[in-house]
Amino acid sequence: MNGFADSLQLALGLILSGDADLWAIVGLSLRVSLTAVVIAALVGMPLGAVLAVTRFAGRKGVIVLINALMGLPPVVVGLAVYLMLSASGPLGVLQLLYTPTAMIIAQVVLVAPIITALSRQVVEDMHAEYADYLGSFGMRGVRTIPTLLWEGRFGLTTALLAGVGRAIAEVGAVMIVGGNINHVTRVMTTTIALETSKGDLGMALALGVILIGLAISVNALIAGMTQASARQSYA
Amino acid sequence: MRRLWAAVIALLLSAHGAVAAEFIVLQSTTSTQNSGLLDAILPQFTKDSGIEVRVVAVGTGQALRNARNGDGDVLLVHARAAEDAFVREGFGVARFDVMYNDFVLVGPADDPAGIAGSEDALDAFVRLATARQRFVSRGDDSGTHQAELGLWEMAGQAPQADSGTWYIETGSGMGATLNVAVSLSAYAMTDRATWAAFGNKGSHKILFEGDERLFNQYGVIAIDPERHPQVKTAAVDQFLAWILGRDGQRAIADFRLDGQQVFFPNAAQR
Repeated sequence: MNGFADSLQLALGLILSGDADLWAIVGLSLRVSLTAVVIAALVGMPLGAVLAVTRFAGRKGVIVLINALMGLPPVVVGLAVYLMLSASGPLGVLQLLYTPTAMIIAQVVLVAPIITALSRQVVEDMHAEYADYLGSFGMRGVRTIPTLLWEGRFGLTTALLAGVGRAIAEVGAVMIVGGNINHVTRVMTTTIALETSKGDLGMALALGVILIGLAISVNALIAGMTQASARQSYA
Repeated sequence: MRRLWAAVIALLLSAHGAVAAEFIVLQSTTSTQNSGLLDAILPQFTKDSGIEVRVVAVGTGQALRNARNGDGDVLLVHARAAEDAFVREGFGVARFDVMYNDFVLVGPADDPAGIAGSEDALDAFVRLATARQRFVSRGDDSGTHQAELGLWEMAGQAPQADSGTWYIETGSGMGATLNVAVSLSAYAMTDRATWAAFGNKGSHKILFEGDERLFNQYGVIAIDPERHPQVKTAAVDQFLAWILGRDGQRAIADFRLDGQQVFFPNAAQR
């Protein structure tokens, strides 16, 4: 039985070996998950902001629903997207099943509620603080959204990071819609599942260490960018 | 904002990229992938034909269901009754024998149920049920699971009544099920190839083997283009000709795990 120390060593060895397959898998993981987060943010941030600044009947219900969707089970999303993209499904003609695009679609569905819900919270707090101020410039309702999103950008990076964490760590959805095809749709999490099922637990754990390292790097990068831009804006 | 959307669309398209010249999707089983067989033989076909084979490895039950939906071009599975039904119902063109190996019963080395001394496979299953020692089943409608259920029935046993006590259904692939069996010091039925390639055997070993009832035949089926017109018939025909022909059959025979042959080609001469 491999211990954690062995796996750590194996992980280091893998990274240093510059194994082309490993880097292709890491690259695909990043490409799929980051693309999904960018798309989810383009949808979720404006949607969350609209929910924050407008008042309409049923608004509370929509907020509860979106908050609940943050907990969507990846397997269920994978299954639903599979049924849509299957050759027998409504979008079968697009032939997207078992492609990275299918994986991106599934992850957008998983991540969008998280970014929407967290953005709503951030913008609502900003709105409570600045509504009167913005009102004195004649800005009300949805017209305040661009300003509030911009002023709340540091809070919103947390929403982005939550989305990245969700996307890069999930296996249930990408396994079903991607099919874990070698060199085509194999990402970090599906590789870990495969190595576990081969009984190669040491390798699986080593890949897990690399995945965690990847998540830390992405977070550190975004934190660094946030800090740099904060320095710029307050200098 | 428009530039941002353009960037996103470009990103999506690039993620969709890396399109090979031509490929087919093979719905297959975890045993052929986890053992490394497909990784060993398919590159030879790709080199000869220029056709890439994309493998989706799931249980036989799920592979057949995916194929019914038209998701894939060709099947390589191992559950004869389900395969024949698939063809009979018009989802597949025809079914051909490709290769075989056999199932084995694995368990803890001290063999508390005493199956090592069984007269035959049915006797082994009776001993398992009588001893009520833990047995881990796939429980996922895979080829191995269907074969296991058939053996219990032939042995006159109904272990599902004890599901959750000594009879444990994982609902997972072969390797995941073996991980459970090793952790619980339980028995399990597995195909020989997956066991040979399995890296987490612990102190488990093969305790019963060699009954002809444990025969494990693999078949290949082209998905019917009349039902699903997007199936790449020409490429599938090339693939069938290869795997059923001299080169494919030799590639299967040449595949070794620890110096041991674990798949035996037996396609009919065409």
